[in-house]
Amino acid sequence: MQIQENPALKAEARNLSFFYGNTQALKGINMPIHDKKVTALIGPSGCGKSTYLRSFNRMHDLYPGNRYEGEIRFFPDNTNLLSPEVDPIEVRMRIGMVFQKPNPFPKTIYENVAYGLRVRGERNKRTLDDKVEHALRGAAIWDEVKDRLQDLAPNLSGGQQQRLCIARALATDPELLLFDEPTSALDPIATGAIEELVHELKKRVTILIVTHNMQQAARVSDYTAYMYLGEMIEFGKTDEIFLKPNDKRTEDYITGRMG
Amino acid sequence: MNSMTTEQIRALIARGKMKDTIFQALGIICLAIGLLVIFLLVGDMLIRGLERLNLDFFFQYASRRAAQSGILSAWVGSLLVMLVTAVAAVPLGVAAGIYLEEYARRNWVTDIIEINITNLAAVPSIVYGLLALGIFVYAFGFGQSILSAGLTLALLILPIVIVATREAIRAIPAMIREGSMAVGATRWQTCRYHIIPYSMPGILTGVIIGLARAIGETAPIITIGALTFIAFLPPVPFTATGVDGATAGLFDWVMSPFTVMPIQIFNWTSRPDPAFEANAAAAGFVLMGMVLSMNGLAIWLRYRMRKNIKW
Ligand SMILES: Nc1ncnc2c1ncn2[C@@H]1O[C@H](COP(=O)(O)OP(=O)(O)OP(=O)(O)O)[C@@H](O)[C@H]1O
Ligand SMILES: [Mg+2]
Repeated sequence: MQIQENPALKAEARNLSFFYGNTQALKGINMPIHDKKVTALIGPSGCGKSTYLRSFNRMHDLYPGNRYEGEIRFFPDNTNLLSPEVDPIEVRMRIGMVFQKPNPFPKTIYENVAYGLRVRGERNKRTLDDKVEHALRGAAIWDEVKDRLQDLAPNLSGGQQQRLCIARALATDPELLLFDEPTSALDPIATGAIEELVHELKKRVTILIVTHNMQQAARVSDYTAYMYLGEMIEFGKTDEIFLKPNDKRTEDYITGRMG
Repeated sequence: MNSMTTEQIRALIARGKMKDTIFQALGIICLAIGLLVIFLLVGDMLIRGLERLNLDFFFQYASRRAAQSGILSAWVGSLLVMLVTAVAAVPLGVAAGIYLEEYARRNWVTDIIEINITNLAAVPSIVYGLLALGIFVYAFGFGQSILSAGLTLALLILPIVIVATREAIRAIPAMIREGSMAVGATRWQTCRYHIIPYSMPGILTGVIIGLARAIGETAPIITIGALTFIAFLPPVPFTATGVDGATAGLFDWVMSPFTVMPIQIFNWTSRPDPAFEANAAAAGFVLMGMVLSMNGLAIWLRYRMRKNIKW
């Protein structure tokens, strides 16, 4: 299997297992992430979608007792993201994340977006201004906030906060963006805005998105993976997964007989 | 079970409400007793000390004649000791709190440290005085100075500052920390940009409450040997000391002998001349005012700073 030479791949999980202490939450997952495509993760609550997603940016390293097995290969440089020799901070510098609940910092809108740049040592005001604007435009929120960049971010609406968090993640030009149910706390209109954004973003960045919403997965993703009880049951092109799933469990879930 | 009739339901609710009322009344009575006692104490001090509460009282040194005695050296001493206490306790306590919350791994060592900090808060203050007498006054040679007193009280309030810091940090949601780490921040960057600023209101409140406790401490200060009768102020930086025309250095005041409010009060109450009682009452009232305004400041600061921090 010489997949790492496949230019179409951004990352690949290889026999990935994960343990919260003694509880195994992921069981030998193998899965490719295609470059500049949207990959959706679906599956019933508690099946390990968030756990899987958070392995990509080593979020689990923040808490004691967590353990990975296997690899996540990251291309083009073929780095194993989970290797103990790879600094999790380096990983997070390359991979952005947007959380389920919008989590803007209690700072100004500007500072929220500039934060990732400041962390990277950027001090030049012009550069910061430019990149902040670029990120806010990229997250389709610039027009709404351009006159109030110095307002506190938590005063924005939930949908605006989530797009601000996307801008925060975009500002540092990540190669891969992780979304953990980014619209589950939002109304249909804000959800629509985010979905459109995801569609727009995949021109520039690879996206891995967890969603509970089948229609959403069908609308935004190119590939879909169905997880169940910590295992990857089925992976494939979204149309194929939704039209003719191979596995009975996938079919049951998609047609609403389960989960 | 059969469903109840409307009458039965109403009777049940009435019984429940009866208990509500009884508890409410009890609560109000208990609260009133507590408040009344404080009110009476402060009022009593005010009445007994009223004749001495004028501007001169604040700007006169202690004297052998009660009517000419004031609290100048005492309140200046108290403020300077508090300054040293704050400067020593805040960085130490905040750093320790941040370390324990953000950096330390959970294991038996941190468990032991945790238990010890809780215990430190319960150590009688006189014991801190004994410790400080040995360490600051003699071993370090700081003598019976403002520095010794300030450091002693800093030890005393250190656990309060550490606990306040940790609680303030724990109130910060994990998603804020994760949001910061997710863009590639180090632990220290996360602390510097988020954890410290967001926990500042809580930390400040803890510090001020600690200082309010320290300002009334008598036992450890007596132990390290504060003077009870002092008719001069610590040297003001860059002014003449009166000795060979020398000028005082920036920090000469920290080595100066001193007295503080509670010691002045203690001294006056132990005089045989009953005229000093009014002085003691007046000084007690002032001390009470200092403590209450510090607590007021803490509440105000917390309110002001929290307004801009929400998640
Ligand atoms: N911190 C933790 N410690 C121990 N077990 C955990 C922890 N977090 C999650 N788990 C367990 O791991 C499993 C996978 O959880 P995970 O959060 O990844 O599910 P999920 O697919 O994201 O679910 P949902 O759709 O509800 O968000 C669950 O059984 C959960 O109970
Ligand atoms: Mg989840």
